[in-house]
Amino acid sequence: MTERPIRVLVAKPGLDGHDRGAKVVARALRDAGFEVIYTGLRQTPQQIVAAAVQEDVDLVGLSCLSGAHMTLFPKIKQLLVTEGAEDVVVFGGGIIPDDDAARLKASGIEAVFGPGTDTREIVRFIDQHPRFAALRPVAA
Amino acid sequence: MDATAASLADGVARGDRRSIARLISLAENDDPIGAEALRILHPRAGKAHVIGITGSPGTGKSTLTDRLIEAARRRGKTVGVVAVDPSSPYTGGAILGDRIRMQSRSTDPAVFIRSMGTRGALGGLSSHTADAVKVLEAAGKDLVFVETVGVGQAEVDVVRLADTVVVVLVPNLGDDVQAVKAGLMEIADLFVVNKGDLSGADKVAADVEANLMLAHPPAAPDGGVPWSPPILRTIAERGEGVVAVLEAAARHRAWSETSGEWSRRRVRRVLDQVRALLERKVTLFAFEPDGTPRPAWKALLGDLVAGRLSPQDAAGRLLAAFKP
Repeated sequence: MTERPIRVLVAKPGLDGHDRGAKVVARALRDAGFEVIYTGLRQTPQQIVAAAVQEDVDLVGLSCLSGAHMTLFPKIKQLLVTEGAEDVVVFGGGIIPDDDAARLKASGIEAVFGPGTDTREIVRFIDQHPRFAALRPVAA
Repeated sequence: MDATAASLADGVARGDRRSIARLISLAENDDPIGAEALRILHPRAGKAHVIGITGSPGTGKSTLTDRLIEAARRRGKTVGVVAVDPSSPYTGGAILGDRIRMQSRSTDPAVFIRSMGTRGALGGLSSHTADAVKVLEAAGKDLVFVETVGVGQAEVDVVRLADTVVVVLVPNLGDDVQAVKAGLMEIADLFVVNKGDLSGADKVAADVEANLMLAHPPAAPDGGVPWSPPILRTIAERGEGVVAVLEAAARHRAWSETSGEWSRRRVRRVLDQVRALLERKVTLFAFEPDGTPRPAWKALLGDLVAGRLSPQDAAGRLLAAFKP
């Protein structure tokens, strides 16, 4: 595969209205040279997966602060698999206890970033992911 | 024929969403498999009504597009959308946020929405927007909406891609001289004054109308009655006036087909695509996609940097060496 921008869907499943974190992450990923598709608040897993498929994204970043992450994150991963998009890397963030983070990782959420995470850590996670080794952002 | 390209083209023709999405990506990334699949699909394209939606940032293009999708679906039309947002000139990164407003039919299988970054193009679209439109046409969409970036006055590439151009205006962006200026205000087949509940909406509509009354529109290609762009009022947020926009676009299509304008624009569109492909092939012969010179002309580059060779000489030598 040739060099191309990495595409990331930043999505907010669930019913909370706290999108500050999602917007900060979207901005940081933009500045790192990624194409970020942001879909706004209160998305159902079905809406998020439909957008991920149509946008042909490499990754989906989920932000949830309502406490429903244990239901919503694995559901989204599972729907992606059903849609034939099992290659899409899913990561997440929000108010997520360590025990939950471990269980989320077991269900296919590859990374979980809690409050206070340096956004450069998220960029590093993507840059160093083996799937994207050959796909540096265009201007990197 | 490449088997991957053939199966991809087959998937698009069947309307498979993964295939549509993947082919748009391959085209956007100048992948040869994508180019081959587009070649295979070419005879299937050209049947959709391509409607451009353009206007300044924040005029409500995405919201209007969302309501147009809804109105079109209620009429049983299948819909594709290509929404373009700006890429950073510094990092190449982008925030593609048009989908936020396009949620009415977000899980409707007859609707396919794709966001694109401009990736360096300056005319309000990206250089592969036409390819994305072609893929959606080949997938059988009846209507394809192309939403440009928020434009200023002169980013008018959409006129080269759309059968019908909708220019979205809002109140209070300037005085009546703005309505007389060249560029954006000349390319509209339909004017939409959105946020029509704000004060000043009457004034914008009146300014545009006064400007249109001064125009002597060229005759239609068949010598018949020229198209006179209607000025429509909407409050897209509440869905008001949106059905009238869709109906006016349909009237414009009917006029275009009978007057010969439809085929005139389609001919211009394929010619533009050939020209764009030529430019791109020649440029990619000499430059990497990121703009650095290809290894083949390192020696030339030395002479160029040292001033022994002019840019004209360098371009001439590269053209002489050009192999497709």
